[in-house]
Amino acid sequence: MSTEEIRAALADIVNEVAGVDADDVQLDKSFVDDLDVDSLSMVEVVVEAEEKFGVTIPDDQVKNLKTVGDAVAYIERASSAA
Amino acid sequence: MTARTRVVVTGLGTTNPLAGDAATTWDRMLAGESGVRPIEDPAFADLPVRIAGTAAVEPTDVLERVRARRLDRSSQFALIAAIEAWKDSGLDVAQQSGDLDGDRVGVAMASGIGGVQTLLSNYDAMLAKGPRRVSPLAVPMLMANAPAATISLEIGARAAVNTPVSACASGNEAIALAADQIRLGRADVVLAGGTEAAIHPLPVAAFANMMALSKNPGDPTTVSRPWDTGRDGFVLGEGAGALVLESLEHAEARGARIYAEVLGTGITADSHDIAQPDPAGKGGARAILRALADGDIDPADVAHVNAHATSTPQGDVAEALMLHATLGGHATDVVVTSTKSMTGHLLGGAGALEAVATILALHHRQSPPTINLDDLDPEVELDIATKPRDLPLGDIVGLNNSFGFGGANVAVAFGSI
Repeated sequence: MSTEEIRAALADIVNEVAGVDADDVQLDKSFVDDLDVDSLSMVEVVVEAEEKFGVTIPDDQVKNLKTVGDAVAYIERASSAA
Repeated sequence: MTARTRVVVTGLGTTNPLAGDAATTWDRMLAGESGVRPIEDPAFADLPVRIAGTAAVEPTDVLERVRARRLDRSSQFALIAAIEAWKDSGLDVAQQSGDLDGDRVGVAMASGIGGVQTLLSNYDAMLAKGPRRVSPLAVPMLMANAPAATISLEIGARAAVNTPVSACASGNEAIALAADQIRLGRADVVLAGGTEAAIHPLPVAAFANMMALSKNPGDPTTVSRPWDTGRDGFVLGEGAGALVLESLEHAEARGARIYAEVLGTGITADSHDIAQPDPAGKGGARAILRALADGDIDPADVAHVNAHATSTPQGDVAEALMLHATLGGHATDVVVTSTKSMTGHLLGGAGALEAVATILALHHRQSPPTINLDDLDPEVELDIATKPRDLPLGDIVGLNNSFGFGGANVAVAFGSI
């Protein structure tokens, strides 16, 4: 999947979980500060993303995923390593 | 001794098997409609009971999607009923304009079982896909006080936020507790009620296996038949009822529309059996007597009873005995009804929905009917409304009874305005 495809799929998950407009889920956006995704919703996003992309995102890594770009980059790395 | 704080009802709301709001519910009750229908969900295919009073309006059609997915169905019902009651009272306007002190606003929203559908669906997800698939929202969704807490967030209530749990008496106990909070000076306003969402194969199997549910295979709308000789158990319902209770002083100061007064409340326990009611109804009778004494009510002023009568062989007779034991010779003059004949039994939501019906009966001076009463049990000597019946003018009292597993008995007496 391309970076844009991952971003778009992740945007759908964020929309489903938190009701954020998928078009607002851009690489430079912070989950907490810009998109108002709270910590429990972030766990839901991560679990949905694990299933969608076939990757594992350990709990201790979640705090490092501050922006949408961080998450997309993590998913790209994890899926190429798999 | 100073005069006791008087507590009045200024707002009503409900979503239930008949309708998604109080006014439509009232119309459908007067029309004698039934909210009991077949359950089409294939998950119920092997169960001995496949009918229920499912909600007339799906809560997810009312609430915003993301908000709904973070709430158990029981909280969804409670929130919808509470918002209706809150707007009905006019306090939403005071809240928005900053004229309402949230420190003086409480919530008492009961549930009999709590977020059982969230609990079971997460267990299913864990078995199917592993513990990672258990929702991080599972705990705040399934906890028994989630409906009360959800309402507290909605209306900015920062006095006590309580969740009475007494099985099928829970909703009525919440109203009694709310009245106490206001009388004790701990709040000026309490949003009170009860909710339940237990129409799921596991609770249905459990209630059926304890022989509590009707297994009548006939037309679903005829199965809930309180006091009829053909009754053989209750029909499970779902939904919520909500009332805004307020001190009379607070209500009058803001010129609120007042539906009724909470005159007296009575709470007792049987200490007889974990599931069966005391066959003579002694505990329930003591609850009614306490409510009458608490409100300094002459039994002759009781004009209407919304009975607990769930359509079980034992319970319906026990309640008739209670009314004779407490109202004496006047028991046969009272217009009695069981709206469960139309709604089924909402468990923790029942007492609250029936309080809404009792208050509207006083307000409109009409008793809703008991449907499906074709052949009155000869052990029951009561004047049961089988069609809408006019209630007398003047100061009258309506009694709302609720009895729950565990031997819980709650009676609340409302006075007309």
